[in-house]
Amino acid sequence: MTRAGGWLLAAGALTLPLWLQSPYHLHVAIMAGIFGVLAMSLNLLLGYTGQLSLGHAAFFGIGAYTSALLTLKLDWSFWPALAVAVALAALAGFFIGRLALKLRGAYFVLVTISFAGVISLVSINWIELTNGPLGLPGVPAPALGPWSFRTKTAYYYLVLAACGLSYLVCRRLVMSRIGRALVALRENEPLAESVGVDVTHYLVLAAVVSAAMAGLGGSLYAHYTRFVSPEVFLFTYTVTMVIMVVAGGKGTLAGPVVGATLFTVLPEALRAAASWQWQMLAYGVLLVLLVFFLPRGIVPWLARVMAGSQAPAEPDSPTIRR
Amino acid sequence: MLAVRDLAVRFGGVTALESVSFEVRPGSITSVIGPNGAGKTTAFNAITGYLRPTGGLVTYDGAPLTGLRPSAIARRGIVRTFQKTSVFPALSVEDNVLTGLHLRGTAGFFAVLAGGRRLTAEERALSSQARAVIDFVGLGHRRREAASALPYGEQRLVELAVALAAKPRVLLLDEPGAGMTGSEKAVVSGLIRRVREQGLTVLLVEHDMRMVMGISDTVIVLNGGRVIAEGSPAAIQAHPEVIRAYLGASAGST
Repeated sequence: MTRAGGWLLAAGALTLPLWLQSPYHLHVAIMAGIFGVLAMSLNLLLGYTGQLSLGHAAFFGIGAYTSALLTLKLDWSFWPALAVAVALAALAGFFIGRLALKLRGAYFVLVTISFAGVISLVSINWIELTNGPLGLPGVPAPALGPWSFRTKTAYYYLVLAACGLSYLVCRRLVMSRIGRALVALRENEPLAESVGVDVTHYLVLAAVVSAAMAGLGGSLYAHYTRFVSPEVFLFTYTVTMVIMVVAGGKGTLAGPVVGATLFTVLPEALRAAASWQWQMLAYGVLLVLLVFFLPRGIVPWLARVMAGSQAPAEPDSPTIRR
Repeated sequence: MLAVRDLAVRFGGVTALESVSFEVRPGSITSVIGPNGAGKTTAFNAITGYLRPTGGLVTYDGAPLTGLRPSAIARRGIVRTFQKTSVFPALSVEDNVLTGLHLRGTAGFFAVLAGGRRLTAEERALSSQARAVIDFVGLGHRRREAASALPYGEQRLVELAVALAAKPRVLLLDEPGAGMTGSEKAVVSGLIRRVREQGLTVLLVEHDMRMVMGISDTVIVLNGGRVIAEGSPAAIQAHPEVIRAYLGASAGST
C-alpha cells in the first residue's frame, strides 16, 4: 500500500517536467526539492534524536557560500565545490555537535541560534571575502561534461537526484542500528546508555550527517539562484524548515518531503490567489489548524487513517521507522 | 568478579555512601537490601557510571570501572535496570529489544550507508535474537505492541528483556519486583533464576523479603551508607544488627 504509493510518487516526480511545462512551475518544484533536502536534514536531528537545531540555516549558508566562493574566486567546477561545501558544513556540524550536545535541550537550541548569528555576522562583515551585504552574484550553473544544468528541467533532475540521495541516506540510517540508537536517545537517554549506546558518538554523528545534508541543500541553492547573500542565514529559513518537518511529521521518513512540498507550493498558490496580506493570514491560519488537528503531522495521520481502514484497533503507537 | 572497594558518595554535606565494600561472586545471585535511604540505588548508580563516586573503586575482573561512562560500562558487560519503569515508550516491544541489542550489532556508519548482504544478514540475526529474548521473558504475544500500551507488570518485563538483550555478564536489577502482584513477582523470580542458570551474575536491589530470601545466594545489608552485614539469607535473617536496622533497637530479642 505505502510502497505502491511511494513508487507512484517517484514516477510522478520523475516525469514532472513532462506535464509541468511552465518554467515557473518548475521553479517551484526545484525550490520544493531543495527545501526537501533541508527538511530531511533537520528531521534527522529533530525527528530522530529529538534535538532542535534553530541554527540550521547556518549549515545551509555555509554550503551556499563555500560552493559560491570556490566556483567564483578559485574557478573550481561545481562538483568538487559541492563536495567541499558538504564537507565544510559537516565539519561545522561536528564542532557544533561536540560543543552543544554536551548541553542538550534548550541549551542546544541556544547554541545553534548563536552559531547561526555569528556565521551571519561574518558573512556580512568579511567584505573582502563575501562582498558583504551585496552578496556574490554570478555563481556559475553546474555542468556535467558536455551537459549544462542551466535549464530548469536539467536543474530539476539534479535537485531530484539530491533529494533521492538524501532520502536514501536517511532511510538507510533510520532503519539500521544507528537509527535505533538515535531514537533510543530521543525516547529514553539513560536507558539507551545502559545498553551501551554512546550518547556523544551518536548525537555528533546525527549532527554531522544533518549538517552535511543542509550543506548540500545550500550548494544546490547557490548554483540555482546564481546569487548568494547573507540572506541565506536568515532565521526565516530555519523556521521554514522546522514548519515543514513538524507539519509533515517529524520522526518519519516521508514527513519532511511532504512538508517541504506543501509549504513551498502553498505560499506560491496563495500568491496567485490573494494579495500579500491575505496570503500571510491564510498561511498562518492553516499552520495553526495543522498543529491543532494533526499535532503529529500529516504523514503519521495518513498512516493511521490507512491502517484504520484496513485493520481496526491499532494501538496508539506512532509510526517511528516504517 | 565485580568488586566494590571503599565506595563513597557525598552530595554536598549529605553522605549517601560512606565506605561500602563488597564483592559479587561470579554466577551468584546477590541481593542488596536495607531501609529506605540506605544508599542501595546510589550504589547502583555509582557502579554503573550514572554517578561519579566521591571516593573508592569499582572493578570488574580487576579492571577499574570508576570514571567510565555508562555506555562504556555496558560494553564491558555490566548492565543495569532502573527502579522506575524505564522503557522506550513509543517503540514496539520488538524495537525496544532490538535497541537493547545495540552492542551485538557491528554495522558502522559506512556499512549502513552501503547496505548489502552482510548488513541484511546482521539485521536478520538481530531480529531472531530479539525474538528469542522476547519469548524468554514471555512477551511473544506482545511483540508488535507499543511498550507504553502494556500494563505495568509487562512493561517491567520489557525492561528486563532490554537489559538481557545487551548480553550482560553482570545484571544489576533495581527493584525488579516493585509494584508487582504476587504472581508477577513469582514470574520475575523464576526469570532471574533462569538467567543465573545461563551463567550470568545477578546483583539485585529489592524490598520484597520473600523474593530476596527465596532467590539470593548472598545478601548484603546496607544501612546509613555502610555495609552492616553480609551472608547467606538464613544468616542475615538471624543477624542482630539487621533486625535492629529494620525493626529498631529494642526488637532484637525476637
